[in-house]
Amino acid sequence: MSTLAVVAVLVVSLATLGVGAIGLRISRTTSDFYVASRAVGPALNASAISGEYLSAASFLGVAGLVLLRGVDMLWYPVGWTAGYVLLLIFVAAPLRRSRAYTLPDFAEFRVESLVARRVSSALVVLIGVFYLVPQFQGAGLTLRALTGAPTWVGAVVVALVVLANVVSGGMRSITIAQAFQYWLKLLALLLPLAFMLAHWHRHGGPTGRLHTVDWVEPMQGAHAPYLVYSLILATFLGTMGLPHVAVRFYTNRDGRAARRTTVAVLAMLSAFYLLPTLYGVLGRVFASDLVTSGRSDIVVLELPRRIFDGTAGDLLTALLCAGAFAAFLSTSSGLVVSVGGVIGQDLLGRRFDGVTAFRLAGVLAALATLVLTLLSSGLAVAHAVELAFAVAASTFCPLLLLGIWWRGLTAAGAVAGMVVGGALSVTAVVSVMVGETPGGWAGAVFAQPALCTVPLAFATMVGVSLATRSRLPVHLGRTMVRLHAPEDLELDRGSYHPEAAHRPG
Amino acid sequence: MSDERPVRVRVTGPRTGHVRRASIASEIDAQSVVGEIYMRSLIRSQLKLALGVVLLLALSVGSLPLLFELSPAVRRAHLFGVPVPWLVLGLGVYPVLIALAWFYVRRAERNEAAFNDMVGGGRE
Repeated sequence: MSTLAVVAVLVVSLATLGVGAIGLRISRTTSDFYVASRAVGPALNASAISGEYLSAASFLGVAGLVLLRGVDMLWYPVGWTAGYVLLLIFVAAPLRRSRAYTLPDFAEFRVESLVARRVSSALVVLIGVFYLVPQFQGAGLTLRALTGAPTWVGAVVVALVVLANVVSGGMRSITIAQAFQYWLKLLALLLPLAFMLAHWHRHGGPTGRLHTVDWVEPMQGAHAPYLVYSLILATFLGTMGLPHVAVRFYTNRDGRAARRTTVAVLAMLSAFYLLPTLYGVLGRVFASDLVTSGRSDIVVLELPRRIFDGTAGDLLTALLCAGAFAAFLSTSSGLVVSVGGVIGQDLLGRRFDGVTAFRLAGVLAALATLVLTLLSSGLAVAHAVELAFAVAASTFCPLLLLGIWWRGLTAAGAVAGMVVGGALSVTAVVSVMVGETPGGWAGAVFAQPALCTVPLAFATMVGVSLATRSRLPVHLGRTMVRLHAPEDLELDRGSYHPEAAHRPG
Repeated sequence: MSDERPVRVRVTGPRTGHVRRASIASEIDAQSVVGEIYMRSLIRSQLKLALGVVLLLALSVGSLPLLFELSPAVRRAHLFGVPVPWLVLGLGVYPVLIALAWFYVRRAERNEAAFNDMVGGGRE
């Protein structure tokens, strides 16, 4: 058994490196590294965005949550998809038209403040870490579940592949690798599922556990309305503020292409998210002991062997293992690029040229994550991804929405709002991770902070902006032209260019 | 860079359009009151469209938890032997999201085409 799984992991890792090497031949300039020179077509780009977005939380986590807690957990995949609708209608085209590379670039360009840039950079690193550590840990747990290897092995494998890929080719090489990984992940879930559903249909199974009221009916448990609506707010609004999602929009040709890409992403995510739910249901039928043993997170990997004996089960498990590693690798690559891009621009860009800074920063980001993963092995970080959405929704979401659609946003308002929203949501995330949460209502607020922190962040940003309304950005008029006017009009869009930010001199 | 388009030269067409194009684009470039009015009207039409789509999203998908909370009948209903909440959240929501997105893209592009026509750099 374990040999097949190891072969699957090796094949995915090598294929990722191989596909990445195609990009290596064509990545030469700084802008190739950061944004693939913005010459990626909508179909390829949409596959790459979806491939990057579908992380361990989507591939393994959703099925586990559905197995454990039932229908209310379906809001996670729904929210992670609906987040792209909000991204589309408020952010996609203007963000592309701003021509910034990263969220800190956008902050600096819109409110014309280096402080706002620094605060955004810190938040990108923070959200990136909340998102990266669970990917590395997931890789460790997956390998341990399948082969009995210690958990650090999986984390090191992911770190090495991501490093090789990012350092060699930058954004161009990972665009192709991630597009490939979307289709691999879809196939890896679809094929075993088809076999297992056919088996269930023909031979039946113990369905008694499907009829438990608090599993099958929605809105169960204490504070359910608050928890569900807070989850909806975090996922719907958080997607637009994830650094690795935002950076992908700069690789579109223009604002129009950015919109069309987003619709394609929505279709691809919808197709994918139909599948994990069914794994959760099958898990309830064939592997319900995972709930009592607290291992519901590995239900996706466990199911084939419960249903099929011998080689068939091993082959399907190996395929799922390959898909899981594709999920760890693609999300980690995207995050290392965006976190590395920020470190490269803001910390190293003054001392090194663009490409060198990017490579150094990528190495730094991947190694730091590896160290953090090994240090945090005792903490409950598996669900940090879900909480990262709450942080993004409480910080970058108000910055993007108010920055694009409201002329009144000032630098002081943007900074104050991001600091308040960031401090409150990060407090909640950290206390959940170390397991120090209060009971009752306060516990619900800590578990799903968005419904409190998002309105507070918006209110702070608007309030402080109004109080400092005499200090609007100098180039506000041109900024608005650049964000909203279609590219085929010849207009003066101001002189801001992000390459100036990391090309000294 | 790849997104730089070649300069468009209009060789035919009514002369009045040509004059208007130059004047409105230059009003926007000069950030005059007239230019501001044109930009604000574009932004307002796009924002109105976006808020309309958010309203549709809130009324359709966003009202589901409330519906489930308030109606035990919906919570327990079955269709083809599958509980309705599972059917809606596991399947039915996704086509709605894609349809809303597609509707938005068409309307947003129409708004921009109207703006382009007004300012003069039409697509044809």
